[in-house]
Amino acid sequence: MSDPARETEVELKARRGRNIALALGLVIFVVLIFVVTLVRLRGNVIQPPL
Amino acid sequence: MAMATVHTTAHAPARWQDYVQLLKPRVMSLVVFTGLTGMICAGRAIHPVLAGVAILCIAVGAGASASLNMWYDADIDAKMRRTRNRPVPAGRVQGADALTLGVVLSIFSVMLMGMALNWLAAGLLAFTIGFYAVVYTIWLKRWTAQNIVIGGLAGALPPVIGWAAAAGATPFNAWLLCAIIFMWTPPHFWALSLYTSEDYEKAGVPMMPVVAGAASTRRQILIYSALFAPLCLVPAATGLGGPVYLAVAALGGLVFLLLAIRLARSHAGEARGQRNDDASPGGLYDVRAGARDARNLFAFSILYLTLLFATLLGEHLMGVAPLNLVSWGIPR
Repeated sequence: MSDPARETEVELKARRGRNIALALGLVIFVVLIFVVTLVRLRGNVIQPPL
Repeated sequence: MAMATVHTTAHAPARWQDYVQLLKPRVMSLVVFTGLTGMICAGRAIHPVLAGVAILCIAVGAGASASLNMWYDADIDAKMRRTRNRPVPAGRVQGADALTLGVVLSIFSVMLMGMALNWLAAGLLAFTIGFYAVVYTIWLKRWTAQNIVIGGLAGALPPVIGWAAAAGATPFNAWLLCAIIFMWTPPHFWALSLYTSEDYEKAGVPMMPVVAGAASTRRQILIYSALFAPLCLVPAATGLGGPVYLAVAALGGLVFLLLAIRLARSHAGEARGQRNDDASPGGLYDVRAGARDARNLFAFSILYLTLLFATLLGEHLMGVAPLNLVSWGIPR
């Protein structure tokens, strides 16, 4: 791993891009789990199968 | 056992786009398409959010196995013109990072599929990832000329996963879609490998033209095509495809067979250097005169499979009644 203090502008930009992509991925995953939980709860608990 | 060891020099730092490239987005789009077709053909009402999650899981699972493939195959990818610019052999992404990405995405996609849809679909997804990454990539690809025949099962399973996700079961018609892709794979890949065999030879991959020669490969393409074309008509007899599907399958199958016969009669794959520069986007299609019959079958195979699945998808979405030419009492 390169020393952050010695990173060039290109390396910094690439790292920032990777970090933003990872953060977005994690946020999407959390939202997805939340929405899936709501949908499954609605189907199985709020409206239980007869 | 061969193992991916690639010596790389200093390169530009990895951008997020390099990690996207590890997931082979173009292959992913075909997998999504066939998986969606299986899901729609299942004919079960499914919540749109859950349907979207199922497709996402299939896509991410395909991406995960692609990343594992790129980790393991970096050494042979570096030797082939078509693959040497991939992130790992080009040195932009470390092999360990590709492995980590593949493992993490595999776990996430399988667990999410299980929790959101059902564990049959999750199990099939896990099997598909494992089959592609371990059985095909690590074992078959470097060992036998039947690599893409057996390994083709991984590419053929997405419609079954989609069907299982929607219906919680995998009836005959789901496996029929799997069989169609499975039988399509050998003529498709061998037609391509007839004019890319030099690359495979250089990389030590025992593709059929490298091991058995061009003439034998052309003959085997014809045999598989003769089995594949009639198989594509079967959905019209089992309550899966309608009249439009039957017409597309019959006409397309005829063209497929004619192209396979032309290829069998040609000398494609016998001369060396049958490709022009593959640096261009159309590189796989830019061939010299001697390989045109192979290129034509390769290109048409993609079109034909796309048309077959698009027709099935369209018929089921528009509510076209499927034909049932033979009443076998097959559970749909």
